[in-house]
Amino acid sequence: MASERPVSTRAPSQPDDRRDGPGRPGRRVPGGRPGGRPGRIRRGGGPGRLGPLPWIGPAVLLILVVVVWPIVELVRTSFLEISVAGFIRGSAGTEKYRKLFDEPQFGQVLVWTVVWTVVVVGVTVVLSLGLAQLFNQRFPGRRVTRWALIAPWAASVLMTAIGFRWMLDQTAGVLNTLMVDLGLIDAPRDWLGSPGTAWPWMMFVAVFVSLPFTTYTLLAGLQTIPADLYEAARIDGAGARQVYRRVTLPLLRPALLVSLVINLINVFNSFPIIWAMTQGGPGSETATTTVFMFQLKSTDIAESAAMSVINFAMVVVLVLVFLRVSRWNRES
Amino acid sequence: MAANPRASRTTGPRRVASGPPAPGGETRGRRGSALRVRAGRLREPRTLAVAVSAWLLAALFLAPYLEMVVTALRPAGELRDRGYLPDRLEWSNLVDVWRESTLADNLQVSLVVAGGATVLVLLVSLPAAYYTARVRYRGRKLFLLLVLVTQMFQPTALLVGLYREFHQLEMLNSVWTLVLCNAAFNLAFAVWILTAYIASIPAELEEAAMVDGTGRLGAMARVTLPLALPGVVTAVIFTFITSWNEFVMGLTLSTEPAKQPLTVGINNFIGNYTVQWNYLFAASVVAIVPVIILFAFIERHVVSGLTAGSVK
Repeated sequence: MASERPVSTRAPSQPDDRRDGPGRPGRRVPGGRPGGRPGRIRRGGGPGRLGPLPWIGPAVLLILVVVVWPIVELVRTSFLEISVAGFIRGSAGTEKYRKLFDEPQFGQVLVWTVVWTVVVVGVTVVLSLGLAQLFNQRFPGRRVTRWALIAPWAASVLMTAIGFRWMLDQTAGVLNTLMVDLGLIDAPRDWLGSPGTAWPWMMFVAVFVSLPFTTYTLLAGLQTIPADLYEAARIDGAGARQVYRRVTLPLLRPALLVSLVINLINVFNSFPIIWAMTQGGPGSETATTTVFMFQLKSTDIAESAAMSVINFAMVVVLVLVFLRVSRWNRES
Repeated sequence: MAANPRASRTTGPRRVASGPPAPGGETRGRRGSALRVRAGRLREPRTLAVAVSAWLLAALFLAPYLEMVVTALRPAGELRDRGYLPDRLEWSNLVDVWRESTLADNLQVSLVVAGGATVLVLLVSLPAAYYTARVRYRGRKLFLLLVLVTQMFQPTALLVGLYREFHQLEMLNSVWTLVLCNAAFNLAFAVWILTAYIASIPAELEEAAMVDGTGRLGAMARVTLPLALPGVVTAVIFTFITSWNEFVMGLTLSTEPAKQPLTVGINNFIGNYTVQWNYLFAASVVAIVPVIILFAFIERHVVSGLTAGSVK
């Protein structure tokens, strides 16, 4: 086993070691993993011989190239002066950030990003609690109806958004027709033309596409609650509402928290819905920070990078919250 | 620790589960028997109310997609009609759309990107998941944490960085760039779900096969892989669907219309002066319907993969 082989001085998990590992494992000294600590390898033999690099190296390499490198590039770009054609003209210091903060729409975009995220996630989670409860009941056709619920999740978010854009079309949109026929509105309206009506509709679509995942997560959570608990509560004389408040909700907390944070990240990043329905327009009046970033990309990519860095920082905060919640879930 | 694949044990195949029984499956069964008394009786008013509202909701969730199908089949002359249903259905739309635009190229790009990303994800994640599930190596927790964090980052957040990187590498407008990027952002899901599956398969089974004269790789291929098949299928379908539906990276990393994936191609339709909505949705239907059907097969496993490492 590994302990009989020459002990390598190279630590397999060091970053500079990763570069040559995955591509040409044959060149590596056999016994690359440190054998000094017996018992590290749970089950001896094969997989331990060359160390972890040939096994996890390619995965790490892929993450380094496509996830880590862009993060570095992103930050670097935000401090550069770059021509429209993409040539670096020199350093810009913090000028791009100042330019970004001075954009007249910047404050409004930030505010709408917060409103968008909070409203969409809040409504999604509340509705999903109800949906999960409903689809957890037993009734004829439960399987089929649950499948129907999948559609917005499996279908591309972009195409769902385009579908709604078409249904809201002023002259031919079926939703306009329907609302006129139901007497909700007098005449067809251009819903996406003005921010006041475009925002609520885009939020509706965002909730619509977020509901399936959230509902399924909560359903999975509901199914981990043992039936005995419900029975015990009932025997103790608790009413349906009390059972829900005292038994279901507390035990659902882990699933609830996770769906909450994952939704926060998804909705904050959700670009295709707005891009397909209004492109953030008119101007930047229906833009969130990700859409604004994309709008800036065509005029000044460095300023766009500055916006991205701020975006990224917010995502990092959300990810840290996620990791915190995960640990909290496991410990309690 | 946040990065423990055992946490997502529920995903493991139940027939070979070595540890404590998967919580989800177990309680589901018990709960089922406790409630069996009132299962599926439409005569009871409560069940009837539940069933009716569930069916209505299901219809509501499908409605937008049905409208897309209807629009896809509308004759061009009836597009601006206010009627709910067209007088006749123009099935030729579904065929004509591929001749009228670059969409045929876009479809091909999407197939290559989604297929390529899926193959790459499997090639890269299977060994990583196998090793991580079987060996307690140094940096194992770090690796799992890296994977978990990757899952949380989305292409949108890194878009400008990705663009700058591949601009400098002169790899814009290449399907291989899209293959690489899609694979990377789907890697986390695959690693998590495969690690959970493989960890739930007792290593003794492999060892028994090796005693019988099969090598380690043979044991992997003949024992572990078949038992982990549901996990592999889930990872494959999920990666394919996510890459197929991907939009932002396709929009940013490819600027030539013929080299963009189908989602971007369909969105470009709207930029045209007069939008041919029937063609647009004819293409969308072709893109959406197979994916929804595929998704139904893996639906049960997806939640545990996406929330992996976070729920007990």
